Amino acid sequence: MMGRSKTIIEKIWEKHVVYQEQEKPDLLYIDLHLIHEVTSPQAFEGLRINKRKVRRPDLTFATMDHNVPTRNRDVIKDEISRKQMETLKENCQENNIPLADMFHPDQGIVHVIGPELGLTQPGKTIVCGDSHTSTHGAFGALAFGIGTSEVEHVLATQTIWQERPKTLNVHVEGDLGAGVTAKDLILAIIAKFGVRFGTGYVMEYTGEAIRNLSMEGRMTVCNMSIEAGARAGLISPDETTVEFLRGRVHVRKDEAFTTIAQDWLALATDDGAVYDKTVTIRGDEVEPQVTWGTNPGMCVPVSGTTPNLNDVEYKQDVERALHYMGLNENQPISSIHIDHVFIGSCTNSRLSDLRRAAEIVKGKHVHANVRAIVVPGSFSIKRQAEQEGLDKIFQDAGFEWREAGCSMCLAMNDDIVPPEGRCASTSNRNFEGRQGNGARTHLVSPEMAAAAAIEGHFVDVRNYAGVAL
Amino acid sequence: MKAIKNHTGLVYPLNRTNIDTDQIIPKQFLKRIERTGFGQFLFYHWRFDDEGNKRQDFSLNKERYQHASILVAGENFGCGSSREHAPWALLDYGFRVIIAPSFADIFYNNALKNGIILIKIEEEQVKQWLEEADIGNLSLSIDLEDQKIFEGNKEYHFQIPAYHKEKLLNGWDDIALTLLHEEKIEIYENSNN
Ligand code: SF4
Repeated sequence: MMGRSKTIIEKIWEKHVVYQEQEKPDLLYIDLHLIHEVTSPQAFEGLRINKRKVRRPDLTFATMDHNVPTRNRDVIKDEISRKQMETLKENCQENNIPLADMFHPDQGIVHVIGPELGLTQPGKTIVCGDSHTSTHGAFGALAFGIGTSEVEHVLATQTIWQERPKTLNVHVEGDLGAGVTAKDLILAIIAKFGVRFGTGYVMEYTGEAIRNLSMEGRMTVCNMSIEAGARAGLISPDETTVEFLRGRVHVRKDEAFTTIAQDWLALATDDGAVYDKTVTIRGDEVEPQVTWGTNPGMCVPVSGTTPNLNDVEYKQDVERALHYMGLNENQPISSIHIDHVFIGSCTNSRLSDLRRAAEIVKGKHVHANVRAIVVPGSFSIKRQAEQEGLDKIFQDAGFEWREAGCSMCLAMNDDIVPPEGRCASTSNRNFEGRQGNGARTHLVSPEMAAAAAIEGHFVDVRNYAGVAL
Repeated sequence: MKAIKNHTGLVYPLNRTNIDTDQIIPKQFLKRIERTGFGQFLFYHWRFDDEGNKRQDFSLNKERYQHASILVAGENFGCGSSREHAPWALLDYGFRVIIAPSFADIFYNNALKNGIILIKIEEEQVKQWLEEADIGNLSLSIDLEDQKIFEGNKEYHFQIPAYHKEKLLNGWDDIALTLLHEEKIEIYENSNN
């Protein structure tokens, strides 16, 4: 007899419960634990103090990304950064954990290399001491960010206590228009429903526009689930998922692949499964988006303006945000002039992002007032981009071409936007000071960032001269 | 983690919504490899100007909030990054209790693991305390066991999941608790390999 219809979220959850008690969180098994240099040192220290061992180093994988220099790998100016990276290396050696260090050919942003290496797979439970772990949900994995105490807990036990989440279906009707990207879609979703509508839920993205996205686009969408308050966001696996993973280093080969691919497809949410909540947005109505404020929900279409103070709910917060951003109310987005452009981060630093941005800047030149950098998400992306000659296109147009890392997404290394500097950024957070103390961040798609770099202000890429989108 | 059963202290009102962990502790202070010493960097760019001088216009710098140990703030406190440095900084600075209409998920877990009492209260009540603590001194007493907040002779009830309460009251080490189930973890591993 067929069981009850289930969402993918319930299916993954039920498969991973190690122990359950009434009215308590469940103890969940973790299939993949990703670690990086910033949120792990105190966890290893905790293990040492309590004489505990890493239970499954084989299910743990480490990289260096947040602190690494992107200009010259050999120059780490900051002693404390260096110490943090050395500490990770020692901890990995001591505990037999595989590490892609700064010079390793697999190095990159943790959420870029997991999928790239095929470590990320449908049905897995994945955690990392980083809130954008939700990115891996694009593959139909249940992936979420955890704090350092939880990192220590997973290292010691390979499990985590979790409350069973409520399920939220984010349904996108219709397809995206030409020149409108996954980034615009997720920004529009957060702008429409707010920065906390996902709190307490795991979101599943469904609908035509989602099905039509590439894996890269799906990662961009799932990446920003946390900006809507949801710890995890995912997409049911389909043929696109299977094809992306075929042949990747950590994925099974040949017949074993055919078998596992069938298991993956069977994880997809069943017809008739019920979610705790559903929200709907029309994909064909989404325009290219630009954030104007200091959280990702403070966002409007490029054709729009900053808000009118009489129309807003939390007036004091909006006033503060406009003040911080150096903007007025009712100001057209297209009138905002920028002086920095950052193409990179775990949201938008993949090969397809770089290709589309390169197409826009090809044969043009970065505006005289703008400093623009491209930071590939991984070493591997950098190598492929260079094979295709994308580095040349960017450099000829006046962009700097860097080594892989988090870079200006959070400015922990030397890649910093100066006070009152204004940056068109393909990253995921426009919080105060995120890209440098006093820096002003506008979140956009790679295409929008590329066009802004050339023009020196925001333009609608859909009518941007000479580009077929 | 230290056990905490009740707490009485002065309220510091921070009337902002969506206070993110980048504000609570900016990234340049995440490079330390210890859990201690983060209090000095709490709300760093709100408290200090570019030269490192105290900003007179930021309320936490006011003399009368110097010994505050209860933070009251707007919706969605602790959103953004998963950095546990945020609760480490709050605790190290001296905050033992945070009251807000809602908290971000990861922050909530992180704070709990460090023995900070997080209390969700309806927005109307929070607004009232924000105002009272802004105008004059407001002191609150929290009784975790009975789930009550006392303001003078007024008392308010609050909700907290039973297992969270139990953990805070006992100061339990999570990993030791989980390892009591080690056999079940082994059984799971053996049947899934
Ligand atoms: S790129 Fe940015 S958001 Fe992504 S992991 Fe690095 S710092 Fe975090």
